[in-house]
Amino acid sequence: MSGHERDGAAAIEARGLSKSFDGRAALRDVSFTARAGELLAVIGPNGAGKTTLLSILAGIRGADAGTLSVPGEVGWVPQGAALYRRLTVAENLRLFARLERVADVEGGVERMLEQARLAERRDDQVATLSGGNQQRVNIAIGLLSEPAVLLLDEPSTGLDPRQRARLWEFVLDLAGAGTTVIYSTHHLHEAERYGSRLLVLADGERVFDGTSAELHAAVGGGEHDFESAFVAFLRERGH
Amino acid sequence: MRWLLIKDLQILRRSPLIVALLIVYPVALGVLIGFALSADNSKPRVAFLNEIPETEQLQIGSGGSGEIDPAQAREQLCSRVECVDVDSRAEAEQKVTDGDVIAALILPPDLLDKLRSLASLNPQEPKVEVLVNQDDPVKASLVDDRIQALITEANLLLSQRISDEAANYLDLLIKGGEFSLPVVGSFDVLGLQQAGRILHAVGGQLPRGSPAREAVARVTRFADLARQNLDFALPLLGAVAEPISVDKQVVAGNTSELDTFAIAVAAAVTLMFVTVLLVAGSLALEREENAFARITRGLVGTTGLLVEKLLLGIVASIAVTLLLLAALTPLVSIDWGRAPLILAAIVVGGAAFAAFGAAIGALTREVRASSLLAFMISLPIAFLSLVPSGTVSGGVFDVIRVVRALFPFDPALDALQGALDSAGPDVVTALVHLLAVAVAYAVISRVALRRFA
Repeated sequence: MSGHERDGAAAIEARGLSKSFDGRAALRDVSFTARAGELLAVIGPNGAGKTTLLSILAGIRGADAGTLSVPGEVGWVPQGAALYRRLTVAENLRLFARLERVADVEGGVERMLEQARLAERRDDQVATLSGGNQQRVNIAIGLLSEPAVLLLDEPSTGLDPRQRARLWEFVLDLAGAGTTVIYSTHHLHEAERYGSRLLVLADGERVFDGTSAELHAAVGGGEHDFESAFVAFLRERGH
Repeated sequence: MRWLLIKDLQILRRSPLIVALLIVYPVALGVLIGFALSADNSKPRVAFLNEIPETEQLQIGSGGSGEIDPAQAREQLCSRVECVDVDSRAEAEQKVTDGDVIAALILPPDLLDKLRSLASLNPQEPKVEVLVNQDDPVKASLVDDRIQALITEANLLLSQRISDEAANYLDLLIKGGEFSLPVVGSFDVLGLQQAGRILHAVGGQLPRGSPAREAVARVTRFADLARQNLDFALPLLGAVAEPISVDKQVVAGNTSELDTFAIAVAAAVTLMFVTVLLVAGSLALEREENAFARITRGLVGTTGLLVEKLLLGIVASIAVTLLLLAALTPLVSIDWGRAPLILAAIVVGGAAFAAFGAAIGALTREVRASSLLAFMISLPIAFLSLVPSGTVSGGVFDVIRVVRALFPFDPALDALQGALDSAGPDVVTALVHLLAVAVAYAVISRVALRRFA
């Protein structure tokens, strides 16, 4: 158990998660805990098991072994906008609010429109929105049920730098309000900059759980930038 | 689930081109098929030019019954085709060239003279002229068949009249009576019956052992024998006029009216295209929009989503098929008293087509691919379902029957046909078949959806 797992109440706790596809192990005995308001970045090379881990946490896939403890709701935002482009922003939110059985549908829609700063675009079809705004709607849908844990799978993929900046501003606000955010990303600087903790996966195994400074230190610190440190870390461990 | 259904209808409403394609194309296709099949092919239009002078009459034999009334003859000839009267050969040619008629029949001015010559020592072959426009092989074959049937009808009419007249002569010979000839005038014919009675009376008056008595007895026997044989000849003459008659008995299949069949085909084609394309596309769209995993993540469930798509297909089936039937109502007769059966056929047929569409959507996982596959499978299946038995070899037809049974089109056609017409196939059997097909494809869809996300 790392030092980070000891502080505060656990919003989500995974123990020994394993998953195989056609005999190939995608996840091997992965354990971690995330606290309320924490921003946990899941990083790793392609095929490391990031999406598999998030899909198990989201309840889309079942784990072959291990336990998962989530006291509250889990919101899930898949990679790429999972929206109906022919529907308006409000119609998308209303549809998923009803499917999520949100008690106050219209209240939830209004709250998300405000939070995502999309109230003025409420009656626009999603197809007419920019990629950044589509992703904000995508995340807003994941937040409709007011989840304690929000899972973001590659949230900034396909966004330009300005859209990415707005997205992270939105996500940081969420975490600031107490939502635990677990996100996977290929952009290492996003992990270093926004992640309060990093969970590094390689070949389905958890190879690191700590802060970016701890990962630097693990490879000797000094002159390495984060990307170099990350690559060196994996190389040292045979990945 | 209803929110998903409303969502799909909202998306459809926002896609006018798709809605137009989904509705206009199959309805147009269905109506065209309906027209093509219900066109009165049994009475093709034939231009009719009669160049025989109006004053001329055709007399077969010397009795009054041998006269052929031209108006009656025309009516009889035109019972199998729709005769379109024309005034000139040029007009007849123009109508054939324009496709107004499949052919033109021209009766030349000397036709009756040549017909009369058949009973003379110098017979000439009577000929009629036929103009045709064989611009494609199918039409050429149709024209040949129709014209041959028309000429056969005319020959039959003449042979019947000649047989009737010959029978009158025989009757006169047997029973006796008055007979008139144009130059000689009227005279009495004794007849074999009367002759036999006279000879019998004369023979009875001759003394026994008289040589004349034996001679009279022989003539009497001959007269009786001749009368008896000529009695047999009368039905034989009738048989010669129409040697083979048809006694048609239906041993398999329930045949409804051609119009009903055409409506059923139009409705089944519409039902198939709208439902299969809509459901396949709608299901594939869930994946293309990346929404499948989000929806089925414990919110609705994969089975719930599948059921919603089937409902969408059924709703679309009812709307579009009823629209088609309403559009066809002014053109053909539909028995709306059978509306409950029609609705049942549409609903169950729609469910089967929807399940089939869901299987395609789940297997292809892309809207364009699903649309393409839906067309590529549905169209040949529809054509196969319209292949009549006896037009291909037994083995091939057995294969076709198996293929038909595996897809919803054939049972849907049967169900619609039976629902529209009590003389059609059994509706319950067709509905049970459709339900089995629907369940099978729903299971395939559900299995395919496991790897959909």
